[in-house]
Amino acid sequence: MTSRRDQSLTLVILGVFSLVALLPIVGILVTAVQDPNGLRSFGSFDGIHLGNFGDAWTQGHFGSYLRSSTIVAVTVVVVSSVFSLLAGYAFGMMRFRGADVLFYVLLLGLMVPMEAVIVPLYYDLRDLKLTDTYWALILPQIGSSVAFGTFWMRAFFRTVPRSLVEAARIDGASTWFTLWRVLLPLARPAVLTMVVLLFMWTWNEFLLALVMVSDEGLRTAPLGLSFFQGRNTSNLTLLAAGAVIVATPVVVLYVFLQRHFIRGMLAGAVKG
Amino acid sequence: MELVSLTLRRGHPGERPPGEPRSIGYLYLAPALIVFAGFVLVPLLHAAWLSLFEWDGLTPGTWVGLHNYGDVVSDPALRRAFGHALILIVFYALLPVAIGLVLAGLVARIHVPGLPVFRTILFLPQVVAMVVVAVMWRMIYDPDQGALNSILRSVGLGGLAKSWLGDFGWALPAVGLIGTWVWYGLAMVLLTAGAQKIPQSLFDAARVDGAGPVREFFAVTLPALRGEIAVALTLTTIAALRNFDLVYITTQGGPGDATSVPAFQVYDRAFKSGQVGSAAAIGVCLVAIIFALSLLINRTGEPRWAR
Repeated sequence: MTSRRDQSLTLVILGVFSLVALLPIVGILVTAVQDPNGLRSFGSFDGIHLGNFGDAWTQGHFGSYLRSSTIVAVTVVVVSSVFSLLAGYAFGMMRFRGADVLFYVLLLGLMVPMEAVIVPLYYDLRDLKLTDTYWALILPQIGSSVAFGTFWMRAFFRTVPRSLVEAARIDGASTWFTLWRVLLPLARPAVLTMVVLLFMWTWNEFLLALVMVSDEGLRTAPLGLSFFQGRNTSNLTLLAAGAVIVATPVVVLYVFLQRHFIRGMLAGAVKG
Repeated sequence: MELVSLTLRRGHPGERPPGEPRSIGYLYLAPALIVFAGFVLVPLLHAAWLSLFEWDGLTPGTWVGLHNYGDVVSDPALRRAFGHALILIVFYALLPVAIGLVLAGLVARIHVPGLPVFRTILFLPQVVAMVVVAVMWRMIYDPDQGALNSILRSVGLGGLAKSWLGDFGWALPAVGLIGTWVWYGLAMVLLTAGAQKIPQSLFDAARVDGAGPVREFFAVTLPALRGEIAVALTLTTIAALRNFDLVYITTQGGPGDATSVPAFQVYDRAFKSGQVGSAAAIGVCLVAIIFALSLLINRTGEPRWAR
């Protein structure tokens, strides 16, 4: 039967492409647990040596890098989520003069990449004596995260039936009470999607950290990995172990909340 | 209750029910707009201002007008960097979307068991930090210990083995293929999801009109996927144009300037060679190009996120 043949063909194609997506990742995982003294090439196998993670952790200072990344990512995600909820609520549920213009400005901001504003950001923050502090990593990322977050939450609030909000108002609820008590429970899936995307983007950000931070103690995980690679060109296993450590938090989150990642990215999520 | 149903019945947009808040909206907007203005808009305007100067970051700058923008067109190094970005669009955007379309054409009319599992795996490359991806692919492309050369040697094609990232001809495609690897999963998932939503009746109608599988693809599947194609192209094109991490880690723009891209030039000029004005101008051009291409792409199909 033709459709059966089509189905097998499709499965084979999907299988091949999935394998290609997976193999480099499996390769680095395997490399990360090889005997550091015996390794000849990426992807060879000689048993499992989990000690590499410990060695990379101490020699590569990954503990400190992960701490910096956690401080930055958690602050950025929490603050931008709250700001985005508030702004998305206003754009989605209230009518006021200039709302459209302000929203379009924000929408344009979605298309401004960090690469385009990194130069003035560095000199502005240097003048404020904020380079080489967590602020230099946190503030610009909140700025670009709220553009996406507001846009995302506005889209959600537009789907909420107006009658619900009007009923709450008639019952005497303030706009503040309506947002946190009536709408937030409904918004939970949309908020969670926003949170995982913002967390991923913030955790993985590299250029900002590269430019703003020279103090080793403030380096984020991706930046630390790039320095570890510079110091440690001969030992593949430790570098692979370090790379695995850096990627793990987001990958673990992805495994548990993949629906949210995929939903957000399929909706065409971009962040500047 | 009567009041509620009354408002419901005349719930036209633009008609304001009594008691609806007005200016309190600005209060809700304020925190987001202030950080957005302070850390995106003002820096963008500041970049435009800086781009009009020749400045080394230390001593007072010199006004040069639009000279830095002229350089984008006339300076061969910059022209090459922007040319490389266009080539990377082929690898980051066109190739993944082409792969996704072939698959979408196949699955449009079939139920595929286990699609969620494939989807999870296909998305994985995108959640791994670009720096980790770069470290990983450096190991794969490594001339001596790399997986690619090992595989070539083991199947008797050792003559093809080379230093992929160190070769003038191969470095840019090698970097581009990493981008393809990162993005094809998104294109495949996005386009297959779209294809499965096409009403069966459209295919039946095409078949009644005597369309074969190829005609059917061009007459039904492709037009129906316009929106999805626009989303996939916008995301991947922006990724190709702003690409920095990958180039910085894998090649530092080398060998020579074979893999130099605009974002790498921004970094190099502003923070290594003291050409801050020129770096700012490149950044502004990057924004302009991203705007223009996004508009162009989305004229054929409005993206979901702008609806």
